[in-house]
Amino acid sequence: MAKEKTPADIAQEAAGASGMDDDSLADLAHAVAEALGDAVREASIVHGQLQIIAERKRILDVLQYLRDDPACRFVCFTDICGVDYPARAERFEVVYHLLSPYINARARVKVSAAEGEAVPSCTGLFPGAGWYERETYDMYGVFFTGHPDLRRILTDYGFSGHPLRKDFPVTGFVEVRYDEDLKRVIYEPVKLQQAWREFDNLSPWKGEPAALPGDEKAENNG
Amino acid sequence: MADTSVELRDFTLNLGPQHPAAHGVLRLVLELDGEVIERADPHIGLLHRGTEKLIETKGYHQAVPYFDRLDYVAPMNQEHAFVLAAEKLLGLEVPYRAQLIRVLFSEIGRLLNHLLNVTTQAMDVGALTPPLWGFEEREKLMIFYERASGARMHAAYFRIGGVHQDLPPDLLDDMWEFCETHPKVLRDIEGLLTDNRIFKQRNVDIAKFTAEEAFAHGFSGVMLRSAGVPWDLRRAQPYECYNDLDFKVPVGRNGDNYDRYVLRMDEMYQSVEIMKQCINLLKTQRGAGPVISDNRKVAPPRRGEMKRSMEALIEHFKLITEGVKVPEGEVYAAVEAPKGEFGVYLVSDGSNRPYRCKIRAPGFAHLGAFEFLTKGHMLADVPSVIGSLDIVFGEIDR
Repeated sequence: MAKEKTPADIAQEAAGASGMDDDSLADLAHAVAEALGDAVREASIVHGQLQIIAERKRILDVLQYLRDDPACRFVCFTDICGVDYPARAERFEVVYHLLSPYINARARVKVSAAEGEAVPSCTGLFPGAGWYERETYDMYGVFFTGHPDLRRILTDYGFSGHPLRKDFPVTGFVEVRYDEDLKRVIYEPVKLQQAWREFDNLSPWKGEPAALPGDEKAENNG
Repeated sequence: MADTSVELRDFTLNLGPQHPAAHGVLRLVLELDGEVIERADPHIGLLHRGTEKLIETKGYHQAVPYFDRLDYVAPMNQEHAFVLAAEKLLGLEVPYRAQLIRVLFSEIGRLLNHLLNVTTQAMDVGALTPPLWGFEEREKLMIFYERASGARMHAAYFRIGGVHQDLPPDLLDDMWEFCETHPKVLRDIEGLLTDNRIFKQRNVDIAKFTAEEAFAHGFSGVMLRSAGVPWDLRRAQPYECYNDLDFKVPVGRNGDNYDRYVLRMDEMYQSVEIMKQCINLLKTQRGAGPVISDNRKVAPPRRGEMKRSMEALIEHFKLITEGVKVPEGEVYAAVEAPKGEFGVYLVSDGSNRPYRCKIRAPGFAHLGAFEFLTKGHMLADVPSVIGSLDIVFGEIDR
């Protein structure tokens, strides 16, 4: 192995410590923020996991530091996903999850991107990220610059739109069926047998209000 | 002299989506130089059902059944990741009995998965008997599922705060009997495969990788352990009651298909041991008690209580109509599912619906590295590698 620790060492460390406590993680967060300077907007501990909010343009610096710094060693790539917050100016958040088997901790790195803005691809750092970036692009329409093959991945061939955006309807726009006459599968606009019903089950009912509507009239008159 | 040179070009082969060795709806576009694979491009998404989008539109409780339908080979392990994520956000303590039952059924899930995977992979490389023997055992395990939850596969048994109902009487005894007899079946299957010349020829040194490569590609579970990394979330980041249980984590050395087969077999013996310990603990005083949290904002009251108490009836109505309100925040929770690290990244905005629920399926990362794993191998190795990656399209396509 190229690195100085053998897998057996990782095992012993992992078996010995069941994760870092919040204090040492906070130290780590502080050290990361210190070392990366402007690239990190905020580093904190959320539910026992390191969370870093990074500058979009310098995401690769952050990921590389987390992967290579001897105190971090977040070598294990876990996940990339998008989140859509339509109300924000930069509506998309791209969330990276990394795992360090050496210190037995997880890190979450978040960057935000407005519609049409691109995030540098981290396929050079983590080859496994390729499909995850494709998925994020497919679902949210976030572009990744430097990705070798940024195609759609989960949706149909020739699909348009980005289904996990909050403004994309759950029922979609097209449906497919096999046409007996044409002898092939055809695409048609969605025809719903029953309109999509949005249930808001959060009841505003909080018990009897102190004064019933209309009661104030009686008080004013009296 | 006549010019005898001919222009050679690679042969492009479409494998699937309807191919018995593709383990589901995998369309593989292979570029072959003779029989050697030059490029492999898996096309996935043929089973995409928009699980994440659907979860965003429904309450937290309604999300649980979707998780059964991801990796439908080991349904409860998926539910486990989701309820753990929700419980982390809620800061909820789960009763000890519920933890034991969850671990018990997670290990049953592991057996279900490995029995299917090991035996069908053997079938892909030419052995017909192991699936017949393995499926007989799976049948017994599914009956345990049914007796606990009412459903053979899509159980929806794990709930936020515990499990739906307590186990029926006698189930534990029958499980114990299964644990006594199951290792013999495993030994029989091993007898057919482990030293089998054909099986070894098809699997040894196929799809090899090192620990670094495994980390960088996001491998987890058996894939990672086969490369010699003893990383098991049950041990490294223990959740539920795994800390109280005594089990070994088998680790491979070569990172090839054969090691992964051996690891899966070994894990099954360990799972049987864990099941036995859970059964014993469930029968002790410590393992008695409620199976779901008594927090009425999260778990409904028991039916019997509702018949007598007005308060319980109101709480039940409120919970069932409104659903669970999970505090604002975000969390990533992962379990060691049979296929690897199954994680759920849950973002809550404080309402009764998940704002975002990203499902991190282990198979997605494994299949994503398919070209890396098969480049330079022969075409005939493809089914053996697909089998060894342990692929189920329910979780990859979501």
